[in-house]
Amino acid sequence: MNLTLTPAATTPMKPTQNAADPIAKAPGPTQPMGVGQGYLSVQNYNFWYGSNQTLFDISMEIPEKQVTALIGPSGCGKSTLLRNFNRMNDLIDNIRHSGDIKIAGHTIYDPLIEVTSLRKRVGMVFQKSNPFPKSIYENVIYGLRVSGKTNKADLDIAVEKGLRAAALWDEAKDRLNQSALGLSGGQMQRLCIARAIAVEPEVILMDEPCSALDPIATGKIEELILELKKQFTVVIVTHNMQQAGRCSDRTAFFYLGKLIEYDTTVTIFTNPHQKQTEDYITGRFG
Amino acid sequence: MNASHQNRPLKPARVTGEAQVWLTAMGLSIGLIMVVGLLAIILINGIEVFWPKRIVELTMKDGDKTISIAGEIVIERDKPIKTDETVEREIQLFTGNKDVYGQGFRFIDEKDVVSRSQPAGVLKVERMEYGNAIGMPVSLKLKGGEVIPATDPRFNHRLQELIDEVTDRRNEILYLEQSVIGANARRMTDLGYQRKSAESSNDQAAIAEIDAEVATLQADFEILRTKALELRARQKDHQLVLKLFTGEERTLIMGDLVKVTWSNELSLIGRVGLTFSHLWSFMVEKPREANTEGGIWPAIFGTFVMTILMSIAVTPFGVVAAIYLREYAKQGPIVRIVRIAVNNLAGVPSIVFGVFGLGFFVYIMGGTIDSLFFSDKGATPTFGTGGILWASLTLALMTVPVVIVATEESVAAVPRGAKEGSLALGASKWQTIQRVVLPAAIPGILTGLILAMARGAGEVAPLMLVGVVKLAPSLPIDGIYPFFHLDQKFMHLGFHIYDLGFQSPDSEAAKPMVFATTFFLILLVMALNLGAIVLRDRIRRRFATSAF
Repeated sequence: MNLTLTPAATTPMKPTQNAADPIAKAPGPTQPMGVGQGYLSVQNYNFWYGSNQTLFDISMEIPEKQVTALIGPSGCGKSTLLRNFNRMNDLIDNIRHSGDIKIAGHTIYDPLIEVTSLRKRVGMVFQKSNPFPKSIYENVIYGLRVSGKTNKADLDIAVEKGLRAAALWDEAKDRLNQSALGLSGGQMQRLCIARAIAVEPEVILMDEPCSALDPIATGKIEELILELKKQFTVVIVTHNMQQAGRCSDRTAFFYLGKLIEYDTTVTIFTNPHQKQTEDYITGRFG
Repeated sequence: MNASHQNRPLKPARVTGEAQVWLTAMGLSIGLIMVVGLLAIILINGIEVFWPKRIVELTMKDGDKTISIAGEIVIERDKPIKTDETVEREIQLFTGNKDVYGQGFRFIDEKDVVSRSQPAGVLKVERMEYGNAIGMPVSLKLKGGEVIPATDPRFNHRLQELIDEVTDRRNEILYLEQSVIGANARRMTDLGYQRKSAESSNDQAAIAEIDAEVATLQADFEILRTKALELRARQKDHQLVLKLFTGEERTLIMGDLVKVTWSNELSLIGRVGLTFSHLWSFMVEKPREANTEGGIWPAIFGTFVMTILMSIAVTPFGVVAAIYLREYAKQGPIVRIVRIAVNNLAGVPSIVFGVFGLGFFVYIMGGTIDSLFFSDKGATPTFGTGGILWASLTLALMTVPVVIVATEESVAAVPRGAKEGSLALGASKWQTIQRVVLPAAIPGILTGLILAMARGAGEVAPLMLVGVVKLAPSLPIDGIYPFFHLDQKFMHLGFHIYDLGFQSPDSEAAKPMVFATTFFLILLVMALNLGAIVLRDRIRRRFATSAF
């Protein structure tokens, strides 16, 4: 896996060779983590849309190859945070932040680094599946095409690998050249996951990936998420408490732009320290 | 539940309909009726031109004498000026024989007419000059003195044969004079310029070479000229004698004749067939006699080429401008002002664009091109005068706001999810525009192009300043190297309508042509739009099931 961001000018960082290698020290799901130890590290992060502050002093460590769920009522800032991990919010005018987000020890806001190389490392799956109006094949290799890869054999391998990883290969292998828009909703979402995987990212962000799907399709995606964490660091935003409980290793509860509680999923769901967390999880508000 | 609620009556449906529906439907209907009515008027009047009418002989009393005259009845109507409260009627007759009568149309008072008849065997002759001749055939005078009288059973057949013969020979002469001799003359002109520049550099070898080629060309030219003259002379070999209804006898040279019709012997099928034949020749022939006769092919072709060139110029121009405005420019007051300015540009009178085109394209750009690349031609302008390229660019400038607005809207309508999906995979902004935004926006862009073409193809005023002419000697694209003559002046259907309707020396003869030309202009715009619509629908279908 390519761990280097493409720098605009300076020598590339090799985060894995860092003296304070975060991965080596990454604790198990039950242990708390120190600052900078997570694969994704959010440090005193504030974020504003115009004059409206939506994130307040967030600090959290997201460990590698685990699933971290972000939960909270609508408008609590969890999606905003997620979209900052791959700087998707850059598309919006008048945004501002303070504090830092680091991936494998390197800040994502490094002005010397192309944002596209960050996005190749941090893939994203959206709430509404958004396959391109192209063939299934072209959808999967879109990320490779924009990176300039043209070798047909490599692309073929990438398509199969991506579709297998997204558990879509058996359903799609005979119709690779048909339009992706002919797939069902659940299949489309898995295609979007395959598309994200094909770029070989390190982190996969999922923004309520099942909210538009029926329970069967949701079940498949959840199974997939558990598979994915063997290879990828997954961050998932969800409104579905059961989903967070089933899939994630760690859960962060957000409320009104603040990180209220962040701990192992087991702790959050069985023994939350904060009253607000408990109220939300048990359905008393939100 | 409350009992009174259960008993609350439901409002009965209204049977009268709703006033708002009627009002809005009326608005649409009035618009539709006007459009359909206009199209019907143009269609009926346009087709009528091609429908072969019967030739009627009118006999009139003039004192003791009776005089007769024959022709096609154009219209019978009440006289515009009424005398003594009695309504007088008059007949407009197309008599043809302009060379004899001095005019092709004549008004006759109905009260003077003693009798009308449709004489059998009357011949309508279409000629290269002076319009149609109408009369009774007398005889064919063949070369060598042989005379075939009209009563001879061979007459009709022989006449048609001779017409075919002179038509073939006419085409041969045309080819010889325009293409072969034309190419020869162009080469000689070029050599003249080359010789001049060789003289100025005192290159004796080159001068000798050029002189040698000129000599060969001159010799070729003499041979060709003799051949052309010979062919022209042969066109005069045979003659057709016609007796007019007013008594005169005319001898027509065979070479002038285009077509003969026995108008009163035509069956219904024959008339329908002839209508299509006229329609076809109107479409594919060049105009004759100040555009009142012949066809409109150069105008159709000129309009078509101009519109296509305009589309080629306006689409990329408008699309890149719109993409910058929507995707790259920071949205704010300046962009808003630019957008308003672009919209207002669409409202600038087209003649203003014509003046700009003349000043900027023709004089500044064309003049510069001429001085850089065509300086050996001296004062003769090549691009420094109106031409189809400048006309197309002027129209492109005029229609660019339409394309910008349409493109901007369709780019803005591309779902955010699609763009984000692309960006999240590490695509750059330009890659996203290129691979996701533009393909999805193409239907909208084509809608803009359709509107631009409809406006551009029908425009006349600016074209008069930048390259449209009444009669262009050759087409902007033809078989002569370099095939595309973008510097050339051209004919245009819109200008043709104006010219026929308002500048023609024979307005009566031109009137039906105006309708016919309008009909073809509408047909052409519709065909171009249809092409773009079909293209758009095909693209749209590819994106139809998009689930963004």
